[in-house]
Amino acid sequence: MQREGNKKKRIRSYPIVILSVFYAALFCLMLGYIACYSYTNRQVLMDNSYNTRQQILLKQNRRGSILSRDGEVLAYSEAGDDGKDVRRYPYGKEFAHVVGYSVNGKAGIESLAYYYLINTSIDLSDKVALDTKGDKYPGDNCVTTLDVNLQEVSYNALSARKGAIVVTNPRTGEILAMVSKPDFEPANIEAEWDSLLADKSTDAKLLNRATQGLYPPGSTFKIVTSLAYIKEHPQDFENYRFTCSGNFSVDDERISCYHGETHGSLDFTKSFAKSCNSSFANIGVGLSRKVFSRTLDQLLFGKELPVDLLYSKSSASVDESTSVGDVMQLSIGQGATSITPMHLNMITSAVANGGMLMKPYVISGIVSADGKSVKSYSPGSYKRLMSAQQADILTGMMVDVVESGTASRLKGLSYTAAGKTGSAEFNTSSSDSHAWFTGFAPADDPQICVTIIVENAGSGGSFAVPIAKRIFDAYFGAE
Amino acid sequence: MELYVTEISKYVIDFFMLCYVGLSFLAFKYSTEKKRKGIYMGQILCMFAVQISCFIQIIARSGEAVYLFFFAFQIIIFVFVLLLFSSIYPEGNRLIINNTCMLLMIGMVMLTRLSYDRAVKQFFIVTASFVIGFFVPEIIFRFEFLKKFTWIYAAVGVVSIGAVLIYGAATNGSKITYTLAGITFQPSEAVKILFLFFMAGAMTKARNIWQLFFASLAAAVHVIILVLSKDLGSALIFFVIYLALIYISTENIGYLALGLFFGVLASVISYRLFSHVRVRVQAWLDPFGDIASSGYQLSQSLFGISSGGWFGLGLYGGSPRSIPYVERDFIFSAIAEEMGVIFAVLMALICVSTFLMIMYEGYFIKDRYYRLLSCGVGVSFIFQTFLTIGGGSKFIPLTGVTLPLVSYGGTSVLVTIVMMMIVEGVCMIRTDERFEAMERRKKRKG
Repeated sequence: MQREGNKKKRIRSYPIVILSVFYAALFCLMLGYIACYSYTNRQVLMDNSYNTRQQILLKQNRRGSILSRDGEVLAYSEAGDDGKDVRRYPYGKEFAHVVGYSVNGKAGIESLAYYYLINTSIDLSDKVALDTKGDKYPGDNCVTTLDVNLQEVSYNALSARKGAIVVTNPRTGEILAMVSKPDFEPANIEAEWDSLLADKSTDAKLLNRATQGLYPPGSTFKIVTSLAYIKEHPQDFENYRFTCSGNFSVDDERISCYHGETHGSLDFTKSFAKSCNSSFANIGVGLSRKVFSRTLDQLLFGKELPVDLLYSKSSASVDESTSVGDVMQLSIGQGATSITPMHLNMITSAVANGGMLMKPYVISGIVSADGKSVKSYSPGSYKRLMSAQQADILTGMMVDVVESGTASRLKGLSYTAAGKTGSAEFNTSSSDSHAWFTGFAPADDPQICVTIIVENAGSGGSFAVPIAKRIFDAYFGAE
Repeated sequence: MELYVTEISKYVIDFFMLCYVGLSFLAFKYSTEKKRKGIYMGQILCMFAVQISCFIQIIARSGEAVYLFFFAFQIIIFVFVLLLFSSIYPEGNRLIINNTCMLLMIGMVMLTRLSYDRAVKQFFIVTASFVIGFFVPEIIFRFEFLKKFTWIYAAVGVVSIGAVLIYGAATNGSKITYTLAGITFQPSEAVKILFLFFMAGAMTKARNIWQLFFASLAAAVHVIILVLSKDLGSALIFFVIYLALIYISTENIGYLALGLFFGVLASVISYRLFSHVRVRVQAWLDPFGDIASSGYQLSQSLFGISSGGWFGLGLYGGSPRSIPYVERDFIFSAIAEEMGVIFAVLMALICVSTFLMIMYEGYFIKDRYYRLLSCGVGVSFIFQTFLTIGGGSKFIPLTGVTLPLVSYGGTSVLVTIVMMMIVEGVCMIRTDERFEAMERRKKRKG
C-alpha cells in the first residue's frame, strides 16, 4: 500500500494535467450549452421566417386543425385540387381575428401554435400506412379555450357595429370568446390581401381591436381611480361626500357630467354607480400623485402584458408635473389615457378573482391527430394587482352599478352581475362616444368576465350593457 | 418500410455510438496497450456498426445503388488502415488511430449526404493522407536530427504564410489559399506542423529569458501575419499552441498569465482596428439582429442544430444545405440536424477522448522535446475543435475553421492525419524509453 501511494503521488507535469482538465471542462460546458440551447429554443427558431425547415415540414405534414374547447373545428387543412393544401375556416368571419391566418405573415392562434400545427406526433406505424397511400402526415391539433356558443352570441350581438368583445374566465384566465369588427373572411385573405392593406379608412380590418385597439377608457377608468382612492383612504373612503351640480372646475379647467346631468348629493359608492364625472374629477385632484401613479403601475399601464397574441400597450400616467386639468381628465379616463379591451378585461378579471390576475391564455393543449396529448397548458396566476379586500370593495361598488346605477339593464336576473359602464368621448368637437361595459357574473362567484366596446354608439348603459346581457344569458343558459 | 429502416437506424446508430464513446473513455482505465486490446476490438465493432447503419439509412433514403460501391471502398480502406497500422506499429497507440478513423467515417457519411462529388474527392485525399501518414511515425522515430532545425522551421513558416499575405488572393474574405494544379492548398494548415516543431525545439533549448523572448517574438510574427491575412481562426490556434507550450515547458503559470494578458490586449486592439472582427462579434452577440447579412450563417447554423432534436431528422431529412459553407465550417450543425444532438455531442466527446490520450502520451514520455510536440498536437487539435463547434453554436464568436477530420477540406485532413501520426511516432519513442529503462534495471540486477 505504502509503496503504491508513493508511486502515485509524483506528478510529472502539472501544466499537462491542468490543460487536460481545463479543456475537458470547457467541452462539458460547451456541449451542455448546446444541448440546452437547442432544446429550449427549438420552437422560437423554427418560427423564424428565415428558417427553411418550415417548408420541409409542410411538404411532409398537413397542418393540424384548430379546435374549440369542445372539439368543434375552427380551422383545418385539406388537399386542394392542385395538390396544394388549402386552409378552411368553417365559421368564416366569426373567429377571424382570434384564430388568425398564416399567409403573408401570421397572426392569431395560427401564429401561436404554428410550430405544433406543422409538426406531427402520430405513431410510426400510422406514418408508414400513410406513406404507402402517398398521403401527408396529419399535423398536431391545437385545442383552444374558445367557446363556439359565446363567440357566436358575441359576434351577432356586435352586429354591424365596429368594436370588440373579450370574454374570459377570471378564475383561470381562459379566453372564452374574442370578437373584433370590422373583420375579414379568413379563407379569402390571400386574394384580398392587397386591398386589405390598401384600405386606408378607419376600418383597419386586419387589426384585432380586442388586443390591439387603443381606446379612451372613459368612465370604466373610474375603477382605477377608485382603487387609488381606496388605497389612500383605506379606513374612511366611505365618508366621502360630494354635491354634483353638473360640472366641476379648478382654475380654468372644467369637467362636465355626461350629457349635462346633475347628480346632487353623492357618497363614494354612489359617485361610482352614477358615474359622476364631477365627483371623480374632484377625487382625482385630491389624490396623492404618488399613490395614483403606483396604482397605474400595478395595473400594468404602459407595461408588458402577459398576453401571447399581438397587443398594444395601454397608456396612462401621472406624476408631480402633471397639470391639474390633465389629472382631472385622467380621473375620468379621458385625455391622453388609452387602454385595450383586453387590458381592461384583465383588470376586471383581477377584481373578480380577489385581486389576483390569472395569465390569459387561449391554447389549452396540443393533441396529436391520433389523440395523444403532446402538450397541455394549465392556468397560472400572473400577479396580484390589488389586495383581496380592495377587490371586495370594488366588487361591491360594481354590483351597485347594476343595482342602482348605469347598468340597471342587468338588474333582476337569475344571476347577479357586477360591472362598470363607460361612454368615452373621442372627439372633442362633438358628443359622439364609444360605449363601454366591463363586468362579471355571478358577483359572489365569478365565472365569466366580459368587456365590450362599441365604437361611436353612444352611452355604455344603452349600447354595451345589452350586449353583456346577451352574453351572460347565453352563458348561464337563461333565455 | 423505408420509414421503419430510417427511424430504427437512428436509435441503432446512437446506441453503437454511445458504446464506442464509452469504450474510448474506458481505455484510460488500463495503462498498457496490451490490456486495452479488448476495448479496441469492441471499438472497431461499434465503428463499423455505426458506419453500416448510416449507409443503410443513406441508401434507403436516397435509393442510389452507386453509393453501395462507394461504401464498400470506404470499408476496405478503413479495415486496411486499422489492420496495417496495428501490424506495422504494434507500439503505436490504437485509441488515437481508432478515433481518427471514426471521425473520418462520420465525416464521409455526412459529406456523402451533402455532396457526393466532394465526398469522393475527400475519400481520395483521405486515402492519400494515410499513405503519406504511414511513413510519419517511422520518420519521427528514426530521424532524431529533425529536432535540430528549430529556426529553419520558423523561417520557412513565416516565409510561406508571409508570401500568401503579400501575393495570395482572398477567397471568402478570410480564407487564404494557394492554388496549385487545381488543388487549393491552405498554407496556414501546413505551417501549423512546422510551427509545432519550431516551438518544441525552441522551448526545449530555451535556457534563459532571452531565448524565451526570441521564441515568443517568432511566434508573435506568425500570429500577426495570420491576423493581417484575416485568418483569425488560425491566428488563435497558433497563439494557443504557443501559450500551452511555454506553460508546459517552463511550468510557470506566470508566463501563461502574461501570455493571456497580451492575448486579451491584442484582441481588444484588433476589435478596434478591424471592422471584420467587429462584424463577427456583433453577429455572435445577436445573430438574428442582422439575419439577412452578417448574422445569416450563424442563424442558419442555429436553425440546423435546433431542428434536429435529440435523435435528429435522419439523413436527408433536414436542410443542412441552407447553411453556407456547411461542409467546411458548419459540419457539426449538419450532423446535429440530421443525426441528432446526442450523436453530435458524442462525436465531440470522441475528440475530447483523442485529446486526452494525446496529452496522456505526452505526460508519460521523458524526452522534453517529444513531450512538447505531442502536447502541442493535442492542444492544437482540441482548440480547433472548440473553435468550430463553439463558433457554430453561438458559444463563442465564429472564426471559420474546419472541424478536424470531419470537415471537407484536403489540407485540413492531410495535416490532421499527419499530426496524429506524429503522436504515434512519439508513442513509439515512449515505448522505446520504457524498454531501455527495463534493460537498465535488468543490467543493474544482473
